Amino acid sequence: MKARNITEKIMHVIFIVCGMISIVAVLGISAYMIISGLPAIKEIGLKEFLLGQVWKSTASEPLFGILPFIMSSFLATFGAILIGVPVGLLMSVFLSKVASPKLASAVRPAVELLAGIPSVVYGLVGMIVLVPFVMDVFGVKSGSTLFTAIIVLAVMILPSIVSVSENALNAVPKKYEEASLALGATKIETIFKVSIPSAKSGITAGIVLGIGRAIGEAMAVMMVAGNVANMPKLFGSVRLLTTAISSEMSYASGLQKQALFSIGLVLFVFIMIINVILNSLLKGGYRNEN
Amino acid sequence: MKKLLSTVLVTVLCVALFAGCSSKKETAASPSAAASAEPTEEALSGTVATNGSTSMEKVIAALSEAFMAKNPDVTVTYDATGSGAGITAATDGTADIGLSSRDLKTEETGLDATVVALDGIAIIVNKSNTVTDLTLEQIAGLAKGEITNWKDVGGPDAPVVFVGREAGSGTRDGFEAIVNVKDACKYEQELTSTGAVIAAVAANENAIGYASLSAVDDTISAVMVGGVDCTEETVLDGSYAIQRNFNIITKQGAELSAAAKAFIEFALSDEAETIIKNAGAIPPSGK
Repeated sequence: MKARNITEKIMHVIFIVCGMISIVAVLGISAYMIISGLPAIKEIGLKEFLLGQVWKSTASEPLFGILPFIMSSFLATFGAILIGVPVGLLMSVFLSKVASPKLASAVRPAVELLAGIPSVVYGLVGMIVLVPFVMDVFGVKSGSTLFTAIIVLAVMILPSIVSVSENALNAVPKKYEEASLALGATKIETIFKVSIPSAKSGITAGIVLGIGRAIGEAMAVMMVAGNVANMPKLFGSVRLLTTAISSEMSYASGLQKQALFSIGLVLFVFIMIINVILNSLLKGGYRNEN
Repeated sequence: MKKLLSTVLVTVLCVALFAGCSSKKETAASPSAAASAEPTEEALSGTVATNGSTSMEKVIAALSEAFMAKNPDVTVTYDATGSGAGITAATDGTADIGLSSRDLKTEETGLDATVVALDGIAIIVNKSNTVTDLTLEQIAGLAKGEITNWKDVGGPDAPVVFVGREAGSGTRDGFEAIVNVKDACKYEQELTSTGAVIAAVAANENAIGYASLSAVDDTISAVMVGGVDCTEETVLDGSYAIQRNFNIITKQGAELSAAAKAFIEFALSDEAETIIKNAGAIPPSGK
């Protein structure tokens, strides 16, 4: 009896410690990003930093404007969503409502596998296959463009959109669809007018999750986007917030290094905002179902 | 009972996890000034602080690794701060050895520069490119985006795609300084490694880029610069234009520690030649 009590207590402590690790990590990282990201912003000036259009970190008179990175990140994410969401949504409808269980059980692991492929592999395939392809098909002089990055990101966010949306669609009560069919609606009408609207909050959560993945991706983008700090053009070389940090970190020093931390802070704030949106969507979704 | 055992095991694992973090403090070396007077043959000890050029990182890392393997009590440190800062550090005495990938300017007096290695930067183009010879001015024009079509330099009618390294890279710094296009380059792609530049040039017919001579392979071709091929020989005899010296900078009249002296001797020895070659640079002639 006593031994059991002790075990309970010890395990209780271990659980608390393990739970605390994630909190400590998040708080530690937040504090670190803020402490190391603020000095450069203070020195450069918030307006010059966020709205400056020229990034020349190693010039004799360095300029640290990250608007090109913010715009590129925003546009790359937006483009990826534009392509990834329709495809992902229809794919989840296919898996949840259209495909026979046998076919669905063959497609689903493929989608899940897509999520497990390391981003460097996406980058590698993008670099070797997609970059020359874009160059040939669109007749641009270099295939490392914003467009190429958008395609790679669109494929990368598919699994997050598909799996969350599919769960949401599966959770739509059968009686809704049955009622719709009984009223004479066709299967397609039922899917688009009943199932998808009822699963709206779950689908939106999937999309936001996809946005989070797209905006935070560095490796794959770095290998296909060319990494020049230009203001974004669809068929021009771009540098995103993530790749701005990773491409210059290895040799950076002084204010340049601090500015990279500041870019990290900006990215961190973006991700936080996305997470807050995601959380409120998920909570909203549960409330609806109750 | 089984539960108790597993609990204990979990606890042990947790503890082990943290224990891994802490026991790494044994190599704290004594300060650099310590071993100055008696250069005894066997037991060198102390720290050799080097500071400077980012381009020299590979060479210095390889040399210090080999040196520390031979003299386990010596620690060689390296701060990648850039050539200018390295020269300043040698002048101020904050580092034993300054590292500079450019030669000393006339106003930088009171210092000794010793060449430890030479670095050639090859101008590389795609294998299918018909251009084989470029002048420095043409290269500068291509880099700055003033020449946008290959036909202007005797090639086919195709756009120029200029590929280079990221800001802060030593090769980029060296190229831009020698070709005199500092901060004026119009890049189409900025990549983070020499290998990536070579891969990008190999994949794009219209690409031109730069890479350390040692990295040049047969997937791309290196053009002649002003009629001179980029080879070890032309870099050594100084006829190839896009090259620079890797210098060790020491303060004149300052008493170096025995360890620092030994390190410089080692860097200039025959033994170091293969190490320098393996690190991608060319050992200076006559050694």
